[in-house]
Amino acid sequence: MKQLMALVARFWATLTRPAAHLSLGALAIGGFAAGVIFWGGFNTALEATNTETFCISCHEMRDNVYQELRQTVHFTNNSGVRATCPDCHVPHDWTDKIARKMQASKEVWGTIFGTIDTREKFLAKRLDLAKHEWARLKSNDSLECRNCHSEEYMDFSRQGPRAADAHQAFLVTGQKTCIDCHKGIAHDLPNMAGVEGWN
Amino acid sequence: MTRTSAFAALLPVAVAIVLAAVAGGAVLAQSTTPSIATLRGAAALDANGEPPRIPQTEETDRRRPRAYPEQPPTIPHRIDGYQLDKNGNQCLSCHARARVAESGAPMISVTHFMDRDGQFLATVSPRRYFCNQCHVVQGRVPPAVDNNFVDIDSLLAVESGRGRQ
Repeated sequence: MKQLMALVARFWATLTRPAAHLSLGALAIGGFAAGVIFWGGFNTALEATNTETFCISCHEMRDNVYQELRQTVHFTNNSGVRATCPDCHVPHDWTDKIARKMQASKEVWGTIFGTIDTREKFLAKRLDLAKHEWARLKSNDSLECRNCHSEEYMDFSRQGPRAADAHQAFLVTGQKTCIDCHKGIAHDLPNMAGVEGWN
Repeated sequence: MTRTSAFAALLPVAVAIVLAAVAGGAVLAQSTTPSIATLRGAAALDANGEPPRIPQTEETDRRRPRAYPEQPPTIPHRIDGYQLDKNGNQCLSCHARARVAESGAPMISVTHFMDRDGQFLATVSPRRYFCNQCHVVQGRVPPAVDNNFVDIDSLLAVESGRGRQ
């Protein structure tokens, strides 16, 4: 313990002393270069975890939710524009993204300890998982939907009368947000008994 | 063995070959011009038929008249991707009794609350749960077969016209 304290003290003394052998320029430029490398590396790693390929590298995602997504309009449609996992499940702004990524560390725990490593376990936990996403989208006013869909640019005259009426009555007035009505659009729904609007 | 006896021995074989060729020709002719219309169309047995194009689904949101009183009403909107299984019934998220005030959709008929003994239940009867067993969307497709259905009003009009004569 005493030795350790001495080591820390010596390290601290080195840190607080001006550099004796390195020039200020070397330190500044070296620090800048190291900063670029570390920050760039961090962002590259972060972006690598923000791809569909990364998501479906785990069988929990590949065999369950990804297969369901493939049937939906968010995967295949007439215009060929599609959404990948992070488009809907990870916020795009940096701070929100980092917050979500820290939350996602629990998912790493889950995959290591096999929380949903069989179809049965997944189905049993599905309602909980879905509720998390509904709550998240409800609390951020369906932000991830709105990254692509905006009611300001919706042409109600080109929507079906049913959709146009509902959007003008509930979405534009702010009474409801996308996820209130559009649950289960990209994945199968869990047992909806007891979920509001699904009685 | 003489030449004639060899011919006699081969005759049944030759006849069989000729018969098989004729039968084969008949099968081929049948496969190219089927006498019965099937969903496969005229494609040969070992080939895939050309599937019909997927029609555009009607999206008018206007109720169609029923051809007869007991006809299940058709669905005047798309239902692509609507989940309808034991976990959830997306139709009922608008058409259930408790949902119609908000959705403005027509409520499912009261007959859907009856069990098979005619007793009314509090909610939709399990035997009526799977909506698209009876209710279907409409696509713009040419009729597959001719249809000379006459609805009861037209029929009664004709009958009463005859009676008056």
